Amino acid sequence: MDLALAPETLARWQFGITTVYHFLFVPLTISLAALVAGLETAWVRTGKQQYLKATKFWGKLFLINIAMGVVTGIVQEFQFGMNWSDYSRFVGDVFGAPLAFEALIAFFFESTFIGLWIFGWDKLPKKLHCFCMWMVSIGTILSSYFILAANSWMQHPVGYKYNAANGRAELSDFWKVLTQDTTLVVVFHTLTAAFLTGAAFMVGIAAYHLMRKKHVKVMRTSLRLGLVTLVIAGALTAISGDQLGKVMFRQQPMKMAAAEALWDKEGPAPFSVFAYGDVDKGHNKVAIEIPGLLSFLAHNDFSTPVPGINDVNKAEQQKYGPGDYRPNIPVAYWGFRWMIGFGMASFAIGLAGLWLTRKKFWLSPGLRTGDEEPPHLVLTKNKVLGVRLSKLYWSLAFVTLGFPLIANSWGWIFTEMGRQPWAVYGVLKTSSAVSPGVSQGEVITSMTVFTLLYAILAVIEVRLLVKYVKAGPPELTDDDLNPPTKIGGDHADADRPMAFSY
Amino acid sequence: MELHDVWFVLIAVLWTGYFFLEGFDFGIGVLTKLLARDRSERRVLINTIGPVWDGNEVWLLSAGGATFAAFPEWYATLFSGFYLPLLLILVCLIVRGVAFEYRVKRPEERWQRNWEHAIFWCSLLPAFLWGVAFGNIVRGVPIDAHKEYVGGVLDLLNPYALLGGLVTLTLFTFHGAVFASLKTLGDIRARARRTATVLGLAAAVLAIVFLGWTQLDKGDTSSLVAMAVAVVALVAGLVMNHLGREGWSFAFSGVTIVAAVAMLFLTLFPNVMPSSLNESWSLTVSNASSSAYTLKIMTWCAGIATPIVMLYQGWTYWVFRKRIGTQHIADAH
Repeated sequence: MDLALAPETLARWQFGITTVYHFLFVPLTISLAALVAGLETAWVRTGKQQYLKATKFWGKLFLINIAMGVVTGIVQEFQFGMNWSDYSRFVGDVFGAPLAFEALIAFFFESTFIGLWIFGWDKLPKKLHCFCMWMVSIGTILSSYFILAANSWMQHPVGYKYNAANGRAELSDFWKVLTQDTTLVVVFHTLTAAFLTGAAFMVGIAAYHLMRKKHVKVMRTSLRLGLVTLVIAGALTAISGDQLGKVMFRQQPMKMAAAEALWDKEGPAPFSVFAYGDVDKGHNKVAIEIPGLLSFLAHNDFSTPVPGINDVNKAEQQKYGPGDYRPNIPVAYWGFRWMIGFGMASFAIGLAGLWLTRKKFWLSPGLRTGDEEPPHLVLTKNKVLGVRLSKLYWSLAFVTLGFPLIANSWGWIFTEMGRQPWAVYGVLKTSSAVSPGVSQGEVITSMTVFTLLYAILAVIEVRLLVKYVKAGPPELTDDDLNPPTKIGGDHADADRPMAFSY
Repeated sequence: MELHDVWFVLIAVLWTGYFFLEGFDFGIGVLTKLLARDRSERRVLINTIGPVWDGNEVWLLSAGGATFAAFPEWYATLFSGFYLPLLLILVCLIVRGVAFEYRVKRPEERWQRNWEHAIFWCSLLPAFLWGVAFGNIVRGVPIDAHKEYVGGVLDLLNPYALLGGLVTLTLFTFHGAVFASLKTLGDIRARARRTATVLGLAAAVLAIVFLGWTQLDKGDTSSLVAMAVAVVALVAGLVMNHLGREGWSFAFSGVTIVAAVAMLFLTLFPNVMPSSLNESWSLTVSNASSSAYTLKIMTWCAGIATPIVMLYQGWTYWVFRKRIGTQHIADAH
């Protein structure tokens, strides 16, 4: 059969499209849930109106996103069975448990409390209402933990034994699956990157309004919260990424050699800045490198040798039998760079913003701004950025909202394609994982349907986001400012309209 | 009773919870065209399930995830075998979820109307297709010695399964109409009861034929008892609806769904997916299940999590217990 239309290829494309799409919304909602909960907590504690306005504004954008995240997540739960039935048969005993845990513990949490939050403004006392958003946040974080434990098992299978009679992997130590270093580091990396994503989203939109001097009070608060979160999350993403890299050098040397387009063992190994390779001949035509850095990234010193693609390929051939164990090298190499590049660009823009918009530190008193005016962008004590540079910064801060989305996508493309040809590393090949009974026509149908549907929904959702971003925070009503004191609401008027209705 | 038997029961419980809860959600979706006369009435209906539909749908994800974990072979055969109908269900659930959330977010007539069409069709189709799917599971489908589904999509469209689809569609819509009468105020409440009577009668006729067919084909004493409970509860639900006892009527329409699902699972046991080609190729609780260790962990998880879920989900229903009418729907979007 034509390889381009082989069921394996089609099923991988479908998985890639639906999963990358789903993951545009996941990190945004993980972080926005927590940030909105934080803003609502600030409102509950201080009673300052800008916090409530910010809660409502970001809450609405959060809801538009989580709706997409939830519905595209349903596909994820079922497509293992649809397109990857042999995978499901082989790993279900191990892989199914964290998925079921995710549904039973995390999804119920998330979905039930989000309903309470959306419709609960006039039904719940404000502390309880705020508590609901924290529950949503906990739900999203628990959900990420379980699904990443499942994915980490595919990256580095532990806590199982192979049952030859059934021809499948069987769980022997669930605790190990939940707590192996791959899981913990991946959770750390993914969650910090998620907060980087939400923070950049917040910074970008706040910058958009501040540049136009609109909704200043709420957007100043949001900018500050966004920038601080962006810088902390960015730094932690880098640290966790470094840790994850070290774990991967140990567990999947092929993936990391591919990430560096390092063909043959070198010690000290250089870090590649730019490379253009000849995959068939197994070497790079062009390479710009920083000496020793790769050794450091892998082993924390500047001299230990790092095995190359050709070395690992030979080693895996000896271990697993003849075959080609190289992933798609250009995708791994460039995916790795785009992940780091876009993620860290966002971090750098955040760091710059935190400095430029500082409130007091090394700032002449005349340049300090009140809550009602946009912050000046101040470089040194007395030096304010010029009009053009200021505009440039605000524009950069605005576009940075898209950077982490690109970084996240390439991070997953890299980590999943870098594991190929394996579905479960060293245990099950992707080619043995597809559904044998599903026809080419069926996969093409579903791939087309999902791609078209997702494209239409993307247009709808982005236009909706733009509308609500432009509209800015809502004006508060008396009802907003006087939330109920008891559950169910305390208005005597039985015909009072609901605070929110679909 | 071995652990895989326990898990057969638990999977049945999760599906029952799903059909009980999303059953009336689907029903409400269908009734937005059948019962509501204008937009504000449609909105009343949609808002009766507004705060809860998302939590209700998680019962499906739990049933799916738990099947993956407890019966990987069942999960693999079912979802790869019923590929196209499942695809249609997924598309509907995607569009429907977005429709609830987005419909109100723009004031334009066309925008709102399109999402309302989406809510209707994407509630009606899954309500029908789940019945078709379960009809086929119970009836048996072509499964070969390697546990692979070897039929085509047309094999799934047999009279028995299609009848099953009509049963779930009418039963869920009846359940939804009774729910609407329980949760609304004013004119629509009275009409919901009248609609419920018509739907309930249709559901009763279809259900008696379908469940009777099932009983004659595969039944034993226990399934007969379940069938009797389902039929009696459905009749009781109709009577209570007629008497204006909406709470009781809803309880009985719920029992009907519980008993009907129970009956299907009782006739299924100890198979989970019988093969129509050769009885020995059937997927059973023992040849499709996970290892004892996995099942033990899952039992702990489900045993602790499910009651807690029911507790806080129940609390949500209590918070939003008040009836709503057109006067409660704010104009502002």
